[in-house]
Amino acid sequence: SGLMVSCVAVAQHVHTGDGQYPCRVSQVSQLAAALWLWAWYFLPFSSASVPQLTNSPTLIVMVGLPARGKTYISKKLTRYLNWIGFPTKVFNLGQYRRDAVQTYKNFEFFRQDNKEAMQIRKACASNALKDICIYFSKENGQVAVFDATNTTRERRVSIVSFAKEKGYKVFFVESICDDPDIIAQNITEVKVSSPDYVNCDKEEALADFLKRIECYKQTYVPLDDEKDRNLSYIKIFDVGSRYLVNRVQDHIQSRIVYYLMNIHVTPRSIYLTRHGESELNLLGRIGGDSGLSPRGHKYAASLGSFLKGQNIKDLKVWTSHMKRTIQTAEHLGVPYEQWKALNEIDAGVCEELTYEEIQEKHPEEFALRDQDKYRYRYPKGESYEDLVHRLEPVIMELERQENVLVVCHQAVMRCLLAYLLDKTSDELPYLKCPLHTVLRLTPVAYGCKMENIFLNVEAVNTHRERPVKQKGENGLKPSINVVNFLNLCLIPAIWGGGGGGGVACCHIVLS
Amino acid sequence: MMRGSSRSKSTQNLDRTVCMTNCPTLIVTVGLPARGKTYISKKLTRYLNWIGVPTREFNVGQYRRECVKIYKSFEFFRPDNEEGLKIRQQCASAALNDVRQYLADEGGQVAVFDATNTTRERRQTITAFAEQNGFKVFFVESVCEDPVVIAENIVQVKLGSPDYMNCNTEEAMEDFKKRIECYENSYETLDEVWDRHLSYIKIIDVGRRYLVNQVQDHIQSRIVYYLMNIHITPRSIYLCRHGESDLNVKGCIGGDSGLSPRGREFAKYLGKFIESQDISDLKVWTSQMKRTIQTAEAVSVPYEQWKALNEIDAGVCEEMMYEEIQQHYPLEFALRDQDKYRYRYPKGESYEDLVQRLEPVIMELERQENVLVICHQAVMRCLLAYFLDKTAEELPYLKCPLHTVLKLTPVAYGCKVESIFLNVDAVNTHRDRPENVNIHRTTEDALQTVPAHL
Repeated sequence: SGLMVSCVAVAQHVHTGDGQYPCRVSQVSQLAAALWLWAWYFLPFSSASVPQLTNSPTLIVMVGLPARGKTYISKKLTRYLNWIGFPTKVFNLGQYRRDAVQTYKNFEFFRQDNKEAMQIRKACASNALKDICIYFSKENGQVAVFDATNTTRERRVSIVSFAKEKGYKVFFVESICDDPDIIAQNITEVKVSSPDYVNCDKEEALADFLKRIECYKQTYVPLDDEKDRNLSYIKIFDVGSRYLVNRVQDHIQSRIVYYLMNIHVTPRSIYLTRHGESELNLLGRIGGDSGLSPRGHKYAASLGSFLKGQNIKDLKVWTSHMKRTIQTAEHLGVPYEQWKALNEIDAGVCEELTYEEIQEKHPEEFALRDQDKYRYRYPKGESYEDLVHRLEPVIMELERQENVLVVCHQAVMRCLLAYLLDKTSDELPYLKCPLHTVLRLTPVAYGCKMENIFLNVEAVNTHRERPVKQKGENGLKPSINVVNFLNLCLIPAIWGGGGGGGVACCHIVLS
Repeated sequence: MMRGSSRSKSTQNLDRTVCMTNCPTLIVTVGLPARGKTYISKKLTRYLNWIGVPTREFNVGQYRRECVKIYKSFEFFRPDNEEGLKIRQQCASAALNDVRQYLADEGGQVAVFDATNTTRERRQTITAFAEQNGFKVFFVESVCEDPVVIAENIVQVKLGSPDYMNCNTEEAMEDFKKRIECYENSYETLDEVWDRHLSYIKIIDVGRRYLVNQVQDHIQSRIVYYLMNIHITPRSIYLCRHGESDLNVKGCIGGDSGLSPRGREFAKYLGKFIESQDISDLKVWTSQMKRTIQTAEAVSVPYEQWKALNEIDAGVCEEMMYEEIQQHYPLEFALRDQDKYRYRYPKGESYEDLVQRLEPVIMELERQENVLVICHQAVMRCLLAYFLDKTAEELPYLKCPLHTVLKLTPVAYGCKVESIFLNVDAVNTHRDRPENVNIHRTTEDALQTVPAHL
């Protein structure tokens, strides 16, 4: 056990390449001629496969009266940022308050003159900021969303100095809305059922909450065009009919703005399904571009009937460029749009092989994939991580649209589902997306309601469970990892680089 | 990503090209003179065309110059100059007429109506025109009161305008300033209340602040995203290919080989060249392929790898010489020559796919300042086509030789290009379009333009 690698080439931020975002590699010096291998647990690629586009963490600060959608935006934005690979976490001040003050009595807690409550609220804010610090410095967080009203200039000024001290960038997101209908709707959807109102009936809760809002209104100072002209922020008016954007500093803020400007709250449903069973599915082969099997055609016809029955208003139908999704959509008798981005994951050298053949021809690859299915990239193919980047424009357009049916593929559907249901990159590659089943996702409150509809046409099962991890006797990984390291050491130049030939980066991280 | 309607006639792909928008869009600029309206119009038009949305700009100043052959002075623009007003209105109408023709009859998807459009009345006329014709309207207003920025604009683009051909700098400056004043009194900026039903973006102080109202659809959302990412800080973009690779030497396309000895030498020279340029805060980007990474290693600056910068995937033709492609896939070879932009290698990509893949790179290039991009032939052609406003027909034949750095510096409404050959020999990898692209052509005809190799 254990050869030593004296890897002179050590990169500080070691990331895999990903679809759209660059990965940073710092200075790499030449590898020593003699390599010693240290049999540690290697991930084929870095565990921190996150594009580090900005060196300093970003603190997003929500601003707005209660029931203006701050928590909705916080959670949605966090879900999106995590999905595209930026570790993000929400810090909801209301939660801190509920943990500190076990029972909520009524709106009086929020009165401006309630000194005792003010102390508690300030302490909570302080604790939240401390936790944000820990998240950034010890937990590899890149973005923290501070979800609170932050309605006074005084509070915002103290946050800005806190951030400045720590070297965090600050971006404010203010939600302004005076439409009483929208506010009432918000209160009904998410406030009335909050732990605060567990023992009240609907009317009591509504009345109390409205008084709570009044408490804040007196001291509310919105972000000001003049006074706050040096801050970076986006102001969202009336649930997105208007935006004011000031001083976007960097790439991630620009992405955040773009995202926020594309989301909406109009009720709608997203239907996700795979193509009907294909010829290659029947043969147990992955990838390829085959047509539908007879059962696949049957499913497509059933899908058509199902949709008619649902009576969906203005349904958009999207497919990939591959025959099996197109053939499925053809049965629906409605116009559909093809997206290359929806094509199935490219299995590279393993295209059209059965799992048995992969095990036979590429056993190391097969093992590596099981070790880190999310980041593993098929030779000459793609990884789930690549897929996510490829699918980002699809997600953005899904956000803009209303009722949409997406006819896609297993890996693609897993990625989309992970986004909509906030699944981690660890869970993503094992989400269950069986053939001949439609998933209907309807945004509700802070999340997504999911209905699983099997259309009663039999199909093969293409789901491969996560295998049980094998560990060597002394807790170290078996020697196959040594082989893997050599296999995956990117550059033959390490062995054959000629005079002066610089060695390119090694994508390794020791976990 | 959705593709614009490129009106593709390629038969081998069973794709359907998709419209970015169901009805054509009329973008209307708003703002006093020297606020960057034409700069924005041209840049936006270039971007939209590059991503596959047929777009054209209609500059009313141009129409005016064609109507009134000789420009005398700012008096033409005085609000009480009735004759002047009449001519200007006619010009606007003529331009709108051409807009209608472009969007309704010529397959255009977006028209940019570049004029001051500073009064509510004028904007209402345009909105009515659009409604009548079934076009969506999106206003882009540029508001700026910084005298330094305005003076710089005037110097960069107005002094050299045909209007001031026979004036010296001071005269031209004076006259133009008076011209601006003619508009100032009647200028009605887009108002948060009065214009709340219009779709628009207001750009304040060259992008420090934006006000975005009622974005209607996907293309408007893309336009807003683009406009919010561009800047005018002076900078240069350096484009070059990796050093000569082993596969280059053999005459093979694609693959993932390392640098040849001459390639390594180029990398060294590149490092020296970059040092000599003394560039502040240079970012270096490469693809994830060995040959670009090895090239960057010699530059001694931290670099970032983009998968999106990888060379075009030649699918079944990867690592083949042109002779082998002709031998194994003569039909494909001919089809490619017929429509090199849209042709997709079996199990590979097309230039059109490349452009889509490179769009985030372009967006980030817009956000950045000094950048060196070390990439590949097809990729560099796509990026160059974006910066130099080349059409889809020209793009696949742009000359991007090895061992040559292109330095692009935005200036006025376009880009200055300097080509710097770093004096290390390399094979030529440029294959011109042969004369005979018929699928039944002879091998000799097919290989007519193949460059020499080992």
